[in-house]
Amino acid sequence: MISLLDIIGPVMVGPSSSHTAGACRIGLFARGLLDGPPETAKVELHGSFARTGVGHGTDRAIAGGLLGFFPDDERLRESLELAQKAGLAISFTNAKLRGEHHPNTARITLTGGGHQIVVVGSSIGAGRVLITNVNGFDVEVTGAFPALVFVAQDVPGIIAAVTTVLARQGDNIATLRVSRRRKGGDAIHIYELDQPVSAAALEALRAIPAVSSLHSIPRIS
Amino acid sequence: MFDALLEAVERAEAEGITLGELALRTEAEKGLRTRAEVEAALHRALDVMRGAVERGLKGDLRSVSGLVGGDAIMLAHAVGPLKGTVFTDALAAALAVQEVNAAMGVIVAAPTAGGAGVLPGLIFGLAKHHSFTDVDLVRALATAGLVGAVVASRASLSGAEGGCQAETGAAAGMAAAAGVELLGGSPTMAMHAVALTMQGTLGLVCDPLGGLVEVPCVYRNATGAAMALAGIEMALAGVRFPIPVDEVIDTMGEIGRTMDVRYRETAGGGLAATPTGRKLAKDRLVQLKKKDG
Repeated sequence: MISLLDIIGPVMVGPSSSHTAGACRIGLFARGLLDGPPETAKVELHGSFARTGVGHGTDRAIAGGLLGFFPDDERLRESLELAQKAGLAISFTNAKLRGEHHPNTARITLTGGGHQIVVVGSSIGAGRVLITNVNGFDVEVTGAFPALVFVAQDVPGIIAAVTTVLARQGDNIATLRVSRRRKGGDAIHIYELDQPVSAAALEALRAIPAVSSLHSIPRIS
Repeated sequence: MFDALLEAVERAEAEGITLGELALRTEAEKGLRTRAEVEAALHRALDVMRGAVERGLKGDLRSVSGLVGGDAIMLAHAVGPLKGTVFTDALAAALAVQEVNAAMGVIVAAPTAGGAGVLPGLIFGLAKHHSFTDVDLVRALATAGLVGAVVASRASLSGAEGGCQAETGAAAGMAAAAGVELLGGSPTMAMHAVALTMQGTLGLVCDPLGGLVEVPCVYRNATGAAMALAGIEMALAGVRFPIPVDEVIDTMGEIGRTMDVRYRETAGGGLAATPTGRKLAKDRLVQLKKKDG
């Protein structure tokens, strides 16, 4: 369902809703998967992002997202310089990612606090994004909701345990997606919620033994 | 929102309200946001648009590649036969917003960043000659949003999918309806203004030099605003376009779907593929890559 505010909006730093606003959101999502500020970022630009990204400020937009700036933040213009000051080492390369990808796609490998995450995201038009892969797990996240992302052992009862915690805290689930690389291996769980997950729920979820790498990611659009 | 503009117009006429008022009511009825929240978001959009017009008219901005900038201020000091009129002020404001966009300034995508100059160009061009309140202007943004939502659902708002007719063309149609309602025209007149405007932008290709939202995009926002003024003037005079507006929108979608990929934002055809277009793009992109380095 199209909203008036999808048409009159978003408020954003130019010049391109797909190459600038969408690119920034992919960076924001990746940042959300680290516990602290990112220290290194390897950004691979695919398709049209590679071809015209520099002129559209795609590099600056992604760097800004990695610093936690939203698409309407004028600091996006100076984000490469700000990243340097913040101690974030970013490299950009053009790449031909394997498999089927939207023309405007980036793969971001981010390290920080001793962790590494890899995110693949596409900018699918009008500033909207689709995160398609997290650490090798195929996913489909739009960032239009606050999200809860974690890895869990592929054993029965995880969803029941998690939803019980969320229900007890009154956190309502908008969408839920579970993806595993193989039977019995780890699975990634992504819950999109109406409100950001409460601190109490986060604590209870971290106490579930089979759950690891738990992150609460704010709405990015 | 609505799948057919005619359906919205009939509803508005039956209830004796504007399309803008109908859009605000319909949006609130969906339940995701209250009416106050929708209006607050549109007020913010209006403020950002106004800020972009003012920023661009200072005349000191250059785009990221250096290809565009400094033209809006020239229009503000126009010497031609239409100087000092709504027409020239709308062109100046449309250019101003696009120059801000090309310089990585803050704008409102309406419906996209590439077409973001048309709607503020038109409404602030008009506002310079009329005493509209911000409430009037917010309602006009809602009118434009309703039209854009119909275009999105029947055709496309993406240059990569439908060419520039889907970006500045759609923006011009949206602006035409907004302008008619600001000037007191009926929903039916607004509908004909959309049709009269968009029939004039059918087939418009998306052919940006180097794939950048600069040339001809900046100028196409000005001519988009001009097209909207043509539609407004005809519709307010009582001209009715013989093909129903929803069929005009469908035609835009159909032309977009069958448009060669060279003309859909790939910089493979049109002005982007001219000898000068290729040379400018190459020189500027090489410089940019060096600068970013």
